[in-house]
Amino acid sequence: MKIPENLLYTEDHEWVRLEKNTAYIGITDFAQRELGDIVYVEIETLGESLKQHEVFGTIEAVKTVSDLFLPLTGDILEINPKLEANPELVNSDPYGEGWMIKIKIANLFDVESLLRPDAYTCLIQL
Amino acid sequence: MKKTAFNAIHHILGAKMVEYSGYEMPVQYKGINYEHETVRNNVGVFDVSHMGEISVKGKGSLELIQKITSNDASKLTPGKVQYSCMPNDTGGIIDDLLVYKISKNDYLLVVNASNIQKDFDWIKSCNSFGAEVSNISDSVSLLAVQGPKSVEVLQKLTDINVREMDSYTFTIGELAHIPNALISATGYTGELGFEIYVENKYAAHLWDAIFEAGKNEGIEPVGLAARDTLRLEMGYCLYGNDIDDFTSPLEAGLGWVTKFTKDFIHSGFLKIQKEKGTTKKLVGFEIKGKGIPRHHYEVLDENNQIIGSVTSGTMSPTLKKAIGMGYVSIENAKIGSEIFVNIRNRPVKAVIVKTPFIK
Repeated sequence: MKIPENLLYTEDHEWVRLEKNTAYIGITDFAQRELGDIVYVEIETLGESLKQHEVFGTIEAVKTVSDLFLPLTGDILEINPKLEANPELVNSDPYGEGWMIKIKIANLFDVESLLRPDAYTCLIQL
Repeated sequence: MKKTAFNAIHHILGAKMVEYSGYEMPVQYKGINYEHETVRNNVGVFDVSHMGEISVKGKGSLELIQKITSNDASKLTPGKVQYSCMPNDTGGIIDDLLVYKISKNDYLLVVNASNIQKDFDWIKSCNSFGAEVSNISDSVSLLAVQGPKSVEVLQKLTDINVREMDSYTFTIGELAHIPNALISATGYTGELGFEIYVENKYAAHLWDAIFEAGKNEGIEPVGLAARDTLRLEMGYCLYGNDIDDFTSPLEAGLGWVTKFTKDFIHSGFLKIQKEKGTTKKLVGFEIKGKGIPRHHYEVLDENNQIIGSVTSGTMSPTLKKAIGMGYVSIENAKIGSEIFVNIRNRPVKAVIVKTPFIK
């Protein structure tokens, strides 16, 4: 199970990669394994301003569908264009090619509420 | 949670385990699509030991089976298997099942895991014929070996000519040096395949022997998730989803196992239902937009009126399309009709198609 050291995490199994006041967001290796083969990633919130923990999209695997929760309050700047045709990138490269959205962070203090890699490791080993 | 005799093997293989009908079962090993394609192209092995086995023996056994099942078991000869349905007395289905005729007055009923106790209690309550009914589920291990290469694999393990076995027949004999294995040319994937019943003490040996025999045939273990996509591509009903205590066999398209040449539980009602026609029908459909239909999603007409509900749905690994089954009102049930599936408050267009979804 990969848990990169340079990312932050949520209890909903999303990861956050900070770049100044923007952030890339995806789901963790643990999450993609739990979901199984992913067939659609549906994100229709481009340009919207959403609050932390709000649903920014849904992800359909063969067996289940799950909501995607925004880790930080912000504006949805970009959606990974590759996921439309290749949703399986979330399975094969969850922290790289399988990223989901880029956001502009509204309040950098929110970052304090995210989990560090060691805390996330503990969470999924429970 | 109950465990099958293969439980330790699943854990060693790193399967993702889930609770299913009170059993800890593997939902997938390497991945659903991979396992699905393994069965369609090569050979896959499923632990289906959670299924229930009920033995019906002795005087009155045929009479009891005829009373509780909708298909005509008098047509069975020793070595033959029949798919059948157990109707309840309110127009629904207690379970769907396989009836094996081992010999005169010796039958084996194979039922769904979730219904073992319910079925056993029901059968006993209907037994005014003096048959001996016993629930032997906990002593039987069952593997389904399914796929075009299943015959090559099994033929290496037995002198029984499995190549020549017709579909829905079975033989009891030696396989992988296991005495009295029941080898059945049945399965629920739409592929050539076999189901093998052995005593629990032989389970681990059977697993090892099959995987050793199949190592050059691309053999892989397959979990419940791919079992579901495989059966759904064939349009086969899953108890608890597509059929249940509140759906009639005729509504479910199981008229072909509902024979009015004999009397059975509630057959009078079903006969009237057949003559009058049902008000709803189980159909297959293909989604034309984006999204996957799931159990309990609403089916709508073009005016947003609810005309039914989804019972099963998935992304078909073979077709690469979202497919599903569900009940719709009879006037909307024609092949080619356009319907809408309410996928999280978004009506997505779908078209009713013939099943099986794949040929």
